[in-house]
Formats: sequence, structure tokens, C-alpha cells
Amino acid sequence: MKGNEAIAEAAINAGCLYYFGYPITPQTEISEYMAKRMPKVGGLCLQAESEISAINMTMGAAASGARAMTSSSSPGISLKSEGISYIAGCDLPCLIVNVQRGGPGLGGIQPSQSDYYQATRGVGHGDLRLIVLAPSSVQEMASLTAEAFDLADTYRMPAMLLADGALGQMMEPVDFSLFEKREVPEKEWAANGHGGKRKKNIVNSLFIDPQELENSVMKRYERYKIVEQKEVKYEEYMTDDADIVLVAFGITARICKSAIAAVRKDGIKAGLLRPITLWPFPKKEIGALADRAKAFLTVEMNMGQMVDDVRLAVNGKKPVDLYTRTGGMIPSVDEVEEKIRAMAASL
Amino acid sequence: MKTVYERPKALSDVPLHYCPGCTHGIIHKLVAQTIDELGIEDRTVGIASVGCSVFAYNYFECDMIQAAHGRAPAVATGVKRTHPDTVVFTYQGDGDLAAIGTAETVHIATRGENVTIIFVNNAIYGMTGGQMAPTTLPGQVTTTSPYGRDRKIQGSPVRICEMLSTLDGVALAARGAVDSPKNINATKKLIRKAFENQLEGKGLSIVEILSTCPTNWGMTPKAALEWLRENMMTYYPLGVFKDGEAVR
Repeated sequence: MKGNEAIAEAAINAGCLYYFGYPITPQTEISEYMAKRMPKVGGLCLQAESEISAINMTMGAAASGARAMTSSSSPGISLKSEGISYIAGCDLPCLIVNVQRGGPGLGGIQPSQSDYYQATRGVGHGDLRLIVLAPSSVQEMASLTAEAFDLADTYRMPAMLLADGALGQMMEPVDFSLFEKREVPEKEWAANGHGGKRKKNIVNSLFIDPQELENSVMKRYERYKIVEQKEVKYEEYMTDDADIVLVAFGITARICKSAIAAVRKDGIKAGLLRPITLWPFPKKEIGALADRAKAFLTVEMNMGQMVDDVRLAVNGKKPVDLYTRTGGMIPSVDEVEEKIRAMAASL
Repeated sequence: MKTVYERPKALSDVPLHYCPGCTHGIIHKLVAQTIDELGIEDRTVGIASVGCSVFAYNYFECDMIQAAHGRAPAVATGVKRTHPDTVVFTYQGDGDLAAIGTAETVHIATRGENVTIIFVNNAIYGMTGGQMAPTTLPGQVTTTSPYGRDRKIQGSPVRICEMLSTLDGVALAARGAVDSPKNINATKKLIRKAFENQLEGKGLSIVEILSTCPTNWGMTPKAALEWLRENMMTYYPLGVFKDGEAVR
């Protein structure tokens, strides 16, 4: 199954019956799949007039207590940023999928990871975080999509699946039962009619009094702290004895694994740490590796964005090198291999 | 003693923040009375917008959601489509609905969403202190049209009801005013119809209400009412532009 289709089916499987979209390459298969499947399962796939409208429909659905999602690709996520900020400010759970393409501007339609900053730093104004999940296979497109909804509901915050055009378009086998399901709290805060049984609910992000606003942000950051403590996800590959630790997420991590296998044949001890949650970022784990490894290499499909987080985690203990391709170019195994060999030679 | 007048139950018992002479208060009351009369407060969800009516979420007793500037129709769509048994209304000003939210306004109408829109047109941006709105009249002085709105430079005001009445998804597009008891009563009937249409599943209903902004127009409340009658009503004629059932 195609990666994009796996996202859609996994969402429905996880009980998401409301999808609001707008066509943009390379994620359009999500919309098309939803358009076919939703009517068959009693759900709704609604094509909005813009990405802006799609995210705000998602907000309305989430605010009234429905499990809902939207999806787009990089330029469309920029348009959704406003809505995402409101959703975060209103403490609403939902899923936003970004199947990244090259940027800035209209950029290109080939795979990219250049929205790392946007997803982990700047998606919308204000003090806010998203739970950002980075799949590396079609299987993970499905399982992380399912888990994202539960995470969002648990912490009352938006979650983002940060994929890329390659993962969206590639085909691999997928098992939709492979995900960690959890009990989620009732949505007692939802605005869907008080029914004469409770006080009215207000879903709102406006606090004119600065003290009230600070309080509301502080409260949210207490939840964020718990997410940072409990929800970090990552994969380690051959890091036990590694001198050189590669750090890469998504499709790039797969390329790194192949390069590591190749250099290991020549006795170069390389390994990989693959962050699965980009926020919360596995900083403790990278910090621990910095005590025993000799050097780090971050590989990304952008000009070097995650490397900032890696450097913060390594905290000057060891050198952190960088290998990047951008604009839709995918680093080859040979390129990464060569970079590792050059690093090993100078250790 | 017989009670002949009281605060509608759907209107919260709190002081409104609106300026003296502003007609938002009357419009809030008309909406709340309608909710009371139809007995729908328990299943109504109101969507507040950005502008002077941003605090509407504090003024109605039903569940409320505060939307981003111009996006109330999209948020309303998300609520109504996932909870069809709710009664959903948006409360929007002219900057919100007719400028930044134009796409959302047009497309909630093209989809014929079964939602009610209360559109308050006072020809100015009130909350930010009196800037030119999409509905500011030709020649009207605002802080961003200090020499008067010049059609050659700033274009012409938009007549929303007339525009939306061309769309199949619209059940009701009507314009009222709250400048006199007679017009208040007529507007009340339009608002009630806009909610009844939703209960009957007829499609999108929008009631535009000509409203005053004495503070930012720089007039006394009484002069503002006269200005509304003389200037706004000639450019924005009162009436029903579409009444029926949406083609959906």
C-alpha cells in the first residue's frame, strides 16, 4: 500500500471519521482515499476552499469533540499555521499531516525535510508545541497516525505527522493492527450543546488580561513537560559500540542504515539514532551517546535544521558534523558512506 | 404583577463591553430572544469572530467557540458536519465576514451549510479604532481613509446579501437594520426565520444587520442612527434578496 493511503486507512481505523482537505502534491492520495472510503464507513471527507478553511473546519470538529484531521504539504501547512496556533491556544486535539516537499515558496514537489523548523519551532504564532511524529516506513505512516490521535487526546494538543513525499509515494506492506492503543480522557470541555445538563463550555484562546494569558500558557507548558518526560520515541541502530553516531529521521534514516551497514564491513564503527518524535526530541538519549561516541553526523534533506537540536543535546561534548541535500534531492547511500569514511579517517 | 419585558435567558447576565449607542447589544438581544423562543439553547453552538463582537462567547448562555479572524464559517462547518443535531450560528462583523473571511463566507454559501450567519455591518473596523472596512461607504472618512473612501483608490463597498443571493446553497439572504422599533421588529423576524430555516434543514441563512458605531463614526448615538438611515440604507437597501430552500 502507498504511504499516503496508509495514513488515511490508519486514521479511519483509529476512529477518525472526519477529514478536511485541500489538494496539494505530494499528499493528494490522502484526500482521494478519504473521498472514496469515508462515505462507506459513515464518515465525512470534505474538500475545503483552502488550506485555511480546512484547518478551521478541523478546529470546529475538534472543538465540538470529534476526532478529526487534515493533511497537506509544505506550502499548505504554512497556510494552516494560523489555525494550528488557534487549535493549540484552545487546547484542542487533532491530527495534522505534512507530507513535505521542497521549499521555500512554491519550491518543488519532490521529497524534503525542510519543514523541521516549522514543525518543531514555528508553526503558528505564540508559545506552543505540537507533538511531532516522523515515520520512516509505510508501516510507521499507519501506526504513528493511529497513535497520534491518542496522544493528542491524552494531552489535549494538536499532533503532527511529519512525513515526506518519498514516504507518501512509496509502497510497502502494512499491518493496521500494529499500534499502541491507550485509554483517552472524555472530552468534557467540548462545545456541542450543553443539553441543559452542565454549564456552558467556551472554547477560546483570547485572554485580554496578560496575567490570565500567562497563566493559561504556563498551564499548557506543564502538560508539555509531561509529554517531554513520557512520550519521547526513538530507534537506536548499532549504537552500542559506535564511534560515529548518525542522527537522521524519516526517509533519511533508512539511507543512513544502509550506509552504516556498508562501512561496518570495513570495520568503521558507525551507528544511528533515529528520532521518531521530533518534539519531544530525544535529547537525553543523544546526550548519553555523546559520553561514549567520538563524533556525530546529522543527515537531513534540508540545509541543516535538526542539527541545531542535536548540537544542543550533545552540548559541545563531541563534534557534530552535517551532511545535507535539499530542494527535493535525496542523499544517496554512497554519499553518506563517503562522508562517514572521511569522518572516520580524521578521528 | 405581569412581567412584560425581561432579559432573554440565552443572554448572559453580565455587563456588555460595547460603547454607548452601539447597536450590537440590540442584536445580541434579538439572537438570544430567538434562541429562547425556539427553545434551542441546550443544543446551540455559537461561533464568535474577531472584531468588536469577539467577546460574544461571554454573552450567550449556549456553548461558544471563538474563531480566528474571518474563519467562523469554516469552524461552524466543522461543528455542524460532525454534530448535525446542534444549531450553529456565527456572529460576525463586516471586516471579519466581508474582507478577511470572504472565501469562507462565499464557500459556506456554495456548500449550502445548514448554519445561520448573523452579519453586523457598521461600515467600519470598530475594535481596532475606526479603520476602513470593506463596507465603508464612498466618501466616508475613517482613520485609514482620512480623505474619504475614494473608489478609484480603495474600490467600492461590497453588498454581501446581493452577492450571496446568486448562490444555490443560500436559503435566506436578507438585510435588516436596528435603527428604529419598526426595523428592530422586522430584523427580529428575519433572525427567527434564519434559525427556523436551520431547524428545517433548508441551507445557509444569512441576516445582515445595519448597525451603528457612534464612537468611531465620531457622532452622537442619535446622529449615528440618522447617518445610518440617510447613508447606509441608500447603499445597502433593506429587504429579502433570497428566500426559499437551498439547491443542494
